[in-house]
Amino acid sequence: MVAFIIRRLVQSFVVMFVVALVAFTLFQFVGDPINQLVGVETGLKEREELRQRLGLNDPWIVQFGRFALNAVQFDFGISYQHKRPVIDMIMTRMPATLELSLISALFSLLVGVPMGVYTGLHRDSWLSKLFMTVSLVGISLPTFLIGILLIFVFAVQLGMLPSFGRGEVVQLGTWSTGLLTISGLKALILPAITLGLFQLTLIMRLVRSEMLEVLRTDYIKFARARGLTNQAVHFGHALKNTLVPVITITGLQLGSIIAFAIITETVFQWPGMGLMFLQAIQNVDIPIMAAYLILIAFFFVVINLVVDILYYVVDPRLRIDPSRAHGHG
Amino acid sequence: MKKTLMALSVAVAALSAQGLEAKTLKWAFQGDAQSLDPQSLNETFTLGLLGNIYEGLVRRGPDLAIEPALATSWKIVEPKRWRFTLRKGVTFHNGNAFTADDVVFTYQRTLKPGSDVKTRMATVADVVKVDDHTVDFITEVPNPILIAEWATWYIMDKEWSEANNAADPTDIGEGKENYATRHANGTGPFMVKSRETDVKTVMVPNPKWWDTPKHNLTEVIMTPIGSDATRVAALLSGEIDMMYPVPVQDMKRIDSNPATEVLAGPELRTIFLGMDQERDELLYSSVKGKNPFKDLRVRQAFYHAINIDAIKRKVMRGLSTPSAIMISPKLFAAHAGEFKRLAYDPAKAKELLAGAGYPDGFQVQMDCPNNRYVNDELICKTVVQMLAKVGIKVDLLAQPKAQFFAKILRPKRDMSMYLLGWTPGSFDSWNVLFNLHGTPNKDTGRGKFNVGGYGNPKVDALIDKILVETDTTKRDAMIRDAYQMTTDEVAHIPLHQQGLAWGKKKTVDLKQRADNQFMLYYVNMN
Repeated sequence: MVAFIIRRLVQSFVVMFVVALVAFTLFQFVGDPINQLVGVETGLKEREELRQRLGLNDPWIVQFGRFALNAVQFDFGISYQHKRPVIDMIMTRMPATLELSLISALFSLLVGVPMGVYTGLHRDSWLSKLFMTVSLVGISLPTFLIGILLIFVFAVQLGMLPSFGRGEVVQLGTWSTGLLTISGLKALILPAITLGLFQLTLIMRLVRSEMLEVLRTDYIKFARARGLTNQAVHFGHALKNTLVPVITITGLQLGSIIAFAIITETVFQWPGMGLMFLQAIQNVDIPIMAAYLILIAFFFVVINLVVDILYYVVDPRLRIDPSRAHGHG
Repeated sequence: MKKTLMALSVAVAALSAQGLEAKTLKWAFQGDAQSLDPQSLNETFTLGLLGNIYEGLVRRGPDLAIEPALATSWKIVEPKRWRFTLRKGVTFHNGNAFTADDVVFTYQRTLKPGSDVKTRMATVADVVKVDDHTVDFITEVPNPILIAEWATWYIMDKEWSEANNAADPTDIGEGKENYATRHANGTGPFMVKSRETDVKTVMVPNPKWWDTPKHNLTEVIMTPIGSDATRVAALLSGEIDMMYPVPVQDMKRIDSNPATEVLAGPELRTIFLGMDQERDELLYSSVKGKNPFKDLRVRQAFYHAINIDAIKRKVMRGLSTPSAIMISPKLFAAHAGEFKRLAYDPAKAKELLAGAGYPDGFQVQMDCPNNRYVNDELICKTVVQMLAKVGIKVDLLAQPKAQFFAKILRPKRDMSMYLLGWTPGSFDSWNVLFNLHGTPNKDTGRGKFNVGGYGNPKVDALIDKILVETDTTKRDAMIRDAYQMTTDEVAHIPLHQQGLAWGKKKTVDLKQRADNQFMLYYVNMN
């Protein structure tokens, strides 16, 4: 187990290295940072000097080497736009993104699993049909459209919830949280729903199909034959056996939620890392882009690791035979 | 946070007890000021926001007329020596007195690497302190428009800057943060209370401001909202009191809402088309071995092919002013009215093309930004259709500004036709002529944004004379002559001055300036 975790951590460095390498090759095509750094009237000579001082005239492989060398020492440089250390900026923005991501993941789980169980058990009820139809919306509408629709209904028409921002935040050490104030919680509702809707749909449909499958298996019939109550059969036996794929999907989706929070954050002006990343792209702020991409790669690696470990906890069979650990992926 | 809230409510209670009401203005722009350092970036919004916190020797009024600010008066004592009398009794936000030393210090700071406002001092040879409240600016040549750009040349406190290790402007080449990036100490009407870049900036009035406040605000909260739809929604839902820019397609929506309205007016920026007249063979074109844009008839044909009224009506929804010259008529009131656009006349365009040897037209590529100017990409698409009608096939390459500028600007100039916008920072024609019409010259910086490479020695000679001519009538006549030449030779195809549109609650009174800077000290909330 320990060896497994260590192996995974070593792999994660390889992944992050490759991500950084790919990112740097792409940075050749994002445009000229100098134009975003100075006003229009700044002369060619001054622009050239600045380019030289920032090392932008070096071949990209040299730039990458310099970046990698600093990055292993946790120095991601200074943002071109904000003139602040990138690591500070990411740290101040991370709480917003993580809170939003976790809340929307929780939302999609807590609503998605019961809906999935219900639609699996009562396939033909009108409520199930309604859930299935509505879930199509979650799958097919793009996130920004859902966000704008929610803003239009709940902020503009009804005036119940804020249309942008994070509300009042409370500072707990270096962590700024919006979970402790009324306005912070209100501000969280619409973005969390927007971000979690796709996942909710996915989880609901997954649980439903898994339930349908499991309910057909012999041991469920056996459990019923033993005279167990419906509740014990449905939740004790059936639901538990659907959980391995649900954990996999939820785990992997958590990575996606964090990474794709970009769009939701942009629509709601949510002051997280995604919004910062998008602005960095527009302004060719290479230090921020590089640090963000590596951080996201790191999240994915860690989440995958946690998911793999959770398998051991949920599925007793894996504890005996680790070579089958990949069988369920 | 709770403590601040309590403190705030106590303060509010105290204020209402005196018969004053708390007036908090919440407003949004599409982005944030990049830095609070007044010398680190020469960009409209950054300098505009800082204009509420810092002040220059002069400032611009609501109609953009120059007014005294930190200098009460000035006179040209010799052709190359300007003497400024400084305002007495002015203090910075931290209580330090404002003196001539601060002006000299700011001049030196402006010249250092990392400063992006060096153009403000381009013709200044030296700044000399005469006494505590008198300063002389010595110029290299007589310069009639020395102070034209100084409304955004903000004076910093020498003592504060030096004490906080901010005597040099932020230089990102050094790779470290500068205190002045996130802290400010100006003399202006508002003080920064808290700032989180890209999230929220809170300002409060400066109780010791030297001027009589014309606003009734007690607090100002600025939040950038990047997404157009969200910014509109925030205004409609009443969460913010004012925002800009308003996307043209949402103007009706805001006006039809009973509590909000759009304030629209002409902006100073001129949008125009440029054509490569420098290369001997055009890039990305079906014409090989020569450059059709070197032929005046081709340039005239392109001009005649454009239906500017259709662009105004369909693309800009009325929010534009078609222009015949490359500067806003507001900035050249003396003679701007004498210029007329070439008429929309596709038949004439075809005739001219045939005369130039292209009876069947030709193919060319056009570069266009898609997130820089109002409806920039849509304007380009419309132009493409109009040119198609006279036989010119245009491949449009519309890109975000970061890629667009890197591609078309010097030194790369990787383009054959492009759309660009220009506002003269000095509000004066010399800037337009020097940057857009002068023959490109790497050493003097002339023609830096003359991407097409138009050149006429007679225009260049006029540019040199205009720079030093102090007689306004003579100067205006020379400017007119220069524009006449560049217009006759179709150096560029001017399109329009785009409009600016601000959205606000009807209860908010403010002054809209044509340079798109939002001055909080004119705001009144009812």
